[in-house]
Amino acid sequence: MFGWEFPPHISGGLGTACYGIVTGLLREEVEVIFVIPKLYGDENSEAFRLVSASDVLINTNKPVTRKWSERLQYIEAQSPLAPYTSFDQPEVKCTETVEIRETEVMEKYPLQRFEMTGKYGTELMQEVHKYAVVASEIASTYNFDIIHVHDWLTFPAGIAASEASGKPLIAHIHATEYDRSGININQAVFDIEKEGMQQADHVIAVSDYTRKIIIDKYEIDPNKVSVIHNGISSKDNEAVHSSKGIQEKVVTFMGRITYQKGPEYFVEAARKVLDVIPNVRFVMAGGGDLMNTMIERVAELKMSSRFHFTGFLNGSEVDKMYGMSDVFVMPSVSEPFGIAPLEAIKANVPVIISKQSGVSEVLKNAIKVDFWDVDALADAIAALLQYNSLSGLFRDHGKNDIKVLNWQRSASVIKEVYIRQLKSSSPEISR
Amino acid sequence: MSAICFYFQIHQPFRLRPYRFFDIGRNHDYYDETTNPAIIKKIAEKCYLPANEIIHNLICRHNGNFKVSFSISGSALDQFERYAPEILTSFQKLVDTGCVELLAETYAHSLASVASKKEFRRQVSQHVGKIYNIFGQHPKVFRNTELIYNDAVAHQVADMGFNGILTEGADSILAHKSPNYVYLAHTPSELKVLLKNYKLSDDIAFRFSDQSWNQWPLSADKYVHWLNRLPEQHHVINLFMDYETFGEHQWADSGIFNFLQELPEQILSSSGFSFVHPSEALNKFEPIDILSVPHTISWADEARDLSAWLGNSLQCDAFESLYKLKKKVRRCENPEILRDWQYLQASDHFYYMSTKDFADGQVHNYFNPYPSPYLAFINYMNVLSDFEVRLNKCLRTKARLIKHKQLIENLLRDEKRSLEASVKV
Repeated sequence: MFGWEFPPHISGGLGTACYGIVTGLLREEVEVIFVIPKLYGDENSEAFRLVSASDVLINTNKPVTRKWSERLQYIEAQSPLAPYTSFDQPEVKCTETVEIRETEVMEKYPLQRFEMTGKYGTELMQEVHKYAVVASEIASTYNFDIIHVHDWLTFPAGIAASEASGKPLIAHIHATEYDRSGININQAVFDIEKEGMQQADHVIAVSDYTRKIIIDKYEIDPNKVSVIHNGISSKDNEAVHSSKGIQEKVVTFMGRITYQKGPEYFVEAARKVLDVIPNVRFVMAGGGDLMNTMIERVAELKMSSRFHFTGFLNGSEVDKMYGMSDVFVMPSVSEPFGIAPLEAIKANVPVIISKQSGVSEVLKNAIKVDFWDVDALADAIAALLQYNSLSGLFRDHGKNDIKVLNWQRSASVIKEVYIRQLKSSSPEISR
Repeated sequence: MSAICFYFQIHQPFRLRPYRFFDIGRNHDYYDETTNPAIIKKIAEKCYLPANEIIHNLICRHNGNFKVSFSISGSALDQFERYAPEILTSFQKLVDTGCVELLAETYAHSLASVASKKEFRRQVSQHVGKIYNIFGQHPKVFRNTELIYNDAVAHQVADMGFNGILTEGADSILAHKSPNYVYLAHTPSELKVLLKNYKLSDDIAFRFSDQSWNQWPLSADKYVHWLNRLPEQHHVINLFMDYETFGEHQWADSGIFNFLQELPEQILSSSGFSFVHPSEALNKFEPIDILSVPHTISWADEARDLSAWLGNSLQCDAFESLYKLKKKVRRCENPEILRDWQYLQASDHFYYMSTKDFADGQVHNYFNPYPSPYLAFINYMNVLSDFEVRLNKCLRTKARLIKHKQLIENLLRDEKRSLEASVKV
C-alpha cells in the first residue's frame, strides 16, 4: 500500500483515513506493507515495536494486537531497506515533463538514493516522481499480491510498482483535483489522476458524489468504480466537556480555510444570523490560504467581536473546540467524504453539511444545504440555535448514523474488492 | 530673536501576549510580561538614561538657557514604575531643574480624540493627574497622540483649558506658509498652535544615520549653519521627535549622542537662537494667522493622516468594537477593568494591524511585534472579547448588588412601617 502521510505526521484527512484502512485491514487478516515517502522517528519506533518479536511477546495478552504486529510492516521509501547506495548529494534531475517513464530514470541513475520530504512543498511534483522510481524497486523486492494507492501523489508510484511486479493496481480516491481547486484545476495533477485511474484495475471512491466526478470528469469506466464510505475510528475518547469561557452559543467551522471548504459561505451566513441573534459566537478553526481574506471579510461585515479565528489547532484543541461548539457547519463546495462532521456528531454537536459532500450520503440526522445557499445555511444555524428540541433530536439520533461507520466495515469491503481483483486478474490463484 | 523649541515624545504600550481563542473567558492576563519589561529595560539603558544625563549636564552648564519639553504617556509611566523605577527618578531629576516642561496627552496614547469626546476628556485629565502626582507639574500645553489634529480636536482641547497644542506642520494645512510661527486654532475660544518643522526634525530623527542621504554625516556645525540660513523674521523652530531617536532609532555608534551634546552648545555660541518651552513660545510670539484644519492630520507616514491606525477594514472594525464598549465601561467601577480599558486603547494595537507596504510599511514593521497584521488583529480581538465578557459579568454583578440593596431597603422600610402601625394601634 502506498500512502503519502501517516499519523502522527498528517496535514489533512488522508493520513487518518489510511491509518483507519490499514488497521481495519489488519483486523480482516490482510497483510499490509505500508509505504510512505518519509518516516519520522516516532512512526519508525512504533513500527519497530510492531514488528519486533520481543514486543510481540509483551503483547501476548492482546492477541489481536499481536496479529497486527506480525502483519504490519512499514517501509520508508528512502530507508536502507531499499537497496540504494547513498551519495552525498542526492540531487536528482527529475525532468519537468510529467510523461517521463520512471523506469528510464532508474536506468540513468542506477545507484541513486532518493531523498523525499513527504510534505506538500514546492517540489511536490518532483517528489511524486522520485517516489515512483523507488516504488518500482520496492515492488521487485517485496512479496505481495495487490497494490493499493491513495490519491494522486501515489499514483505514479502505484503504476511503477504495478509495471515492475505485474500485480493488480487499485486506486483509492479520497479527493480529486476538482474538489481541491474547483474549475481552476491544475492540469498536471489532473493528468496524473486520470492516468492513475485508467491504469488501475479497480477504482475505489469514498462516496457516490466522488464516483460521479470520476465517471463524468475523468471518463473512467463506471464498471470498475465502486464506492466504499470512510469510517470513523471508534477508540477515540468520548466528547470532551470543557467548561466554556464564554456564555454565548458557539457555531463552528473547522478545517482548512481553502476554496474547497467553502469558508466564505460560513462568513456570509454568520452575518445574517448575527443580524437576528446577536449573542452568538462564530469560530473559524484552522488555517489556510484564504484565512486573511476571511479575516478581512469579517471585519468588513463588522462582526469581528463575534467571529473568531483560532489558527491551526492541535489534536487536543480540536476536541476542546468540539466540546465548546453548539452547531457544527461544513459548507464545503466539494467534499469527497468529510470526516469532520462525524467527529462533531461523536462529540454531541448537531451538524449542518453541504449537499456537495460524500458524508451527506451516510448522515440522515444532519441538516443539508447547498453550499451556495447562504440564506438556507443561516436559517439552519438559527434554527439549531433557537430550537432546543431540534438540536436535541439531532444530538440523540446523530450517533445512530455513525454507529455503522467504522473502518473495519470499510476494510471488509475493501478486502472483497481485493479478492475479486485477484480472481479476475489471475484466475489460477484462488485464496 | 528666534527660538528653538525641543519636544521629545516618550511612549511605550503594554504589548499583548499571544492570547488564544481558548483563553477567552478563562484567562484575564493580557500583557506580555516578558517582552514589556525587557523592552523598557533595554531602551532605558540605550536611550532614556544616557540621554537624560546629557540633557541634565547641558541644563546645568548653561544656567537655564537650555530647555526641553517632554510628553510621557501614562502607560509608559506605568511601565517605568513597574519595571524600571530608575527611569522615573532620572526624569524627576531632570524636571527638578526647572528647565523641562511636561505636556499633556491621552493617558494611554490612544485615538480617543477621534472616537469619543467624553473619553478623550477623561483620559487627558487622567494623564494630567498622573503627571502632577509624579512630577508636581501641571501641564498647560497639549499634544495629542501622534500629533493627531483637526479643528474639532482643537475645540475640545481649548475647552479643557489648555493654552496651546502641538501638531504636525503638514504641507496639506500650511500650503506655502511657514511652520516657524505661532498660529491660532480655528476655534471659538483662543488656542495657539505650534507646528512641527518636519524637515529639520526628521533630519535628526529619521535621516541622521542614513548613509545614502546626501547630507550624511550630519554635524552640529552643519545643522547650526542651516538654522542660521533661515529668515530672521521666523519666530520659533519646533523640533519635535520621539525621544528614542537618541540611542534607539539612531544607534549610539552613529554619533547621535555627540550630536545631542554639541548641538545646544553650538546654537547658544554661534547662532542668534535661544531655547524656549512650548508655553514660553506661545506667550512670547504673536500668532501670525488662523489655521483651519477640517481634515484630520497627524505626524505619521507619508500620508500624515489617520491611515496608519484606521486605514483598513480590520483596524476600523477593531476600533469600533472597542469604542462600542465605552458606555458599559463608564458604568463599571472596577479598577482592573478601567486599567485594561486604558491599555487596550493604545494606538499601537491598531498600528500593528496596518497592511500598508512600501516605505511606510518598513517603519511599521520596525515597531511591530507581530509577524502579520492579521495575527495582530486576531490576537487583539481575542483579548477584546475577553474584556467584553468580563465587562458584562461585572455589570451583571453590579446590577444584582443594586437589586439586593433595594430589596433590603424595601424590607427594612416595610418592617418600620408595620412597627409604626402596631405602635399606633
